[in-house]
Amino acid sequence: MSEITLQDIIKPENLVYKKTSLMTNKALSYCPGCGHGTTHRLIMEVIEELGKENETIGVAPVGCSVLAYEFMNVDMQEAAHGRAPALATAIKRLWPGKVVFTYQGDGDLAAIGTAETIHACNRGEKIVMVFINNGIYGMTGGQMAPTTLPGMKTATSPYGRDVATMGNPLKMTELVATLPGTYYVTRQSVQTPAAVRKAKKAIKKAFQNQLDDKPGVSFIEVVSNCNSGWKMEPVQSNIWMEENMFPFYQIGDIKVDGKLVDR
Amino acid sequence: MGELKLMKGNEALAEAAIRAGVDGYFGYPITPQSEVIEYLMAEKPYERTGMVVLQAESEVASINMLYGGGGTGKKVMTSSSSPGISLMQEGLSYLAGAEIPCVVANVVRGGPGLGDIQPAQSDYFQSVKGGGHGDYRLIVLAPASVQEMSDFVPLAFDLAFKYRTPALIISDGLIGQMMEKVELFDQIPRLTDEEVIKRHPWATNGKPVGGERRILTSLDLDPHRLESHNWHLQAKYKTIEENEVRFEMLHCEDAEYVIVAYGSSARIAQKSIQLAREKGIKVGLLRPITLWPFPKKPIDELTKSGIKGFLSVEMSAGQMIEDVKLVVEGRTKVEHFGRYGGVIHSPEQVLEALEQKIIGG
Repeated sequence: MSEITLQDIIKPENLVYKKTSLMTNKALSYCPGCGHGTTHRLIMEVIEELGKENETIGVAPVGCSVLAYEFMNVDMQEAAHGRAPALATAIKRLWPGKVVFTYQGDGDLAAIGTAETIHACNRGEKIVMVFINNGIYGMTGGQMAPTTLPGMKTATSPYGRDVATMGNPLKMTELVATLPGTYYVTRQSVQTPAAVRKAKKAIKKAFQNQLDDKPGVSFIEVVSNCNSGWKMEPVQSNIWMEENMFPFYQIGDIKVDGKLVDR
Repeated sequence: MGELKLMKGNEALAEAAIRAGVDGYFGYPITPQSEVIEYLMAEKPYERTGMVVLQAESEVASINMLYGGGGTGKKVMTSSSSPGISLMQEGLSYLAGAEIPCVVANVVRGGPGLGDIQPAQSDYFQSVKGGGHGDYRLIVLAPASVQEMSDFVPLAFDLAFKYRTPALIISDGLIGQMMEKVELFDQIPRLTDEEVIKRHPWATNGKPVGGERRILTSLDLDPHRLESHNWHLQAKYKTIEENEVRFEMLHCEDAEYVIVAYGSSARIAQKSIQLAREKGIKVGLLRPITLWPFPKKPIDELTKSGIKGFLSVEMSAGQMIEDVKLVVEGRTKVEHFGRYGGVIHSPEQVLEALEQKIIGG
């Protein structure tokens, strides 16, 4: 009896999914179960589908996705903590015909980089900003983020986030939606196939806005899990996210075509 | 002969940026250099050459805009004054690490802290010793006139791109604010996008069709690879030290004493030397034009030729004097003189210091 090889099973007619060539073959540095990898893939798939792999410049942050440039197979710059929107501003201003995006986590975008985020949005830079919100600092070992929920335990809020002394979680996405410089603002997630499809549609819309030279930033928040930082199994973390994060960070479009959505 | 104009140093710097074919200026107002961005905004360089001018939300944003823009191979520039330049130190470290060319101009004011808005030279250490973290150097040019505020802009860009490293033009509130005659150089055309892509294959302006993507980063988590990267940087800095030292000597042929001074202090010292020579004191001037790389060789040669003493004249508590001493190595006397905190020394005070600390001391 001859051995059945992988090639016998994977035939072109059976192929239903193929990794985009815009993701490198480097093993992801993310924890199994984390939403970063999925979001990376969606962005790269969209750029491939739009045929813009040779005209895209991405800006990576500091945080868990500090090595995003290792996985995204397009020209990339690695920014200092929080400064990605400043880099992207200059890139887009100097190369208005290119596609420019930033990829940042909650500490990067909503804490140390608050000024750069708000001012890039307020100037109406024609860029795509992707914001991963998992309510925690993953890379440095699970400390409190600006988006950590009230009462949530982290390494620097070991008794739970006390809003009286530590402040309330910052809804940066709602905040930037109020600025005239944002054109499309949406909040998505990637924990189920249905959510992934919706998130991809939103990402594609954001990049299409840029290709169409729409006035202003297209801003996508992806509410994600951090199973390691939250100290949960991946599935358990997704359930926790749906039960705790989603009521606070409501999924859906916040601003479409420059107009706030009635929610 | 180029166009002659009476201009402030800050205006000359701004006009030179347009004429040097700069693609983008990103800045934030601060006294005493706000004329730079004001001039650029009024002059509409986007109509003259297509140059982008943007007022950023902070100096932190400005320097990171230079990272982004410079990283695409375009000529990018910012300017500020001391407190703003302090805010840029993080960015400069990243730019040096990622080997991104750009030009930064510092019109120095008195410090520390918010200090004042008067001229000073107290940012020498920050400029030449690496003001940010890590082992890196900046190419540092010190203009001593409004003319050089103009001339050093294209020079700084040539050096920044030749070595893929940030270059700093360090003047002070005196040179920035004073008006002098300046001969403007002719317009250097901006490179087209195609020329930028062709000339700078390292730049991230869209992955070449059929080619490899480019990454600009200062991060490498592997210590051995990062050490190799540091060796590469150090080798580059050594090449710069060997090839790019610039200085000027005045009346050193018969000098018994030498004043070492840059920028405004060098201008003041010229008068002191004239006063000294009228009294029969043979004194010369060595003016470093590049503060880094520092003109070690001429100081060494002067020391060997039997100079009886060096007076390092700086509007600081004594910073450059350390580099003079490192060359002299105790072979002859080295003293410092300077007023600081925004106070400018007079030629007479410099002469008095020379007589007391070097000749009579």
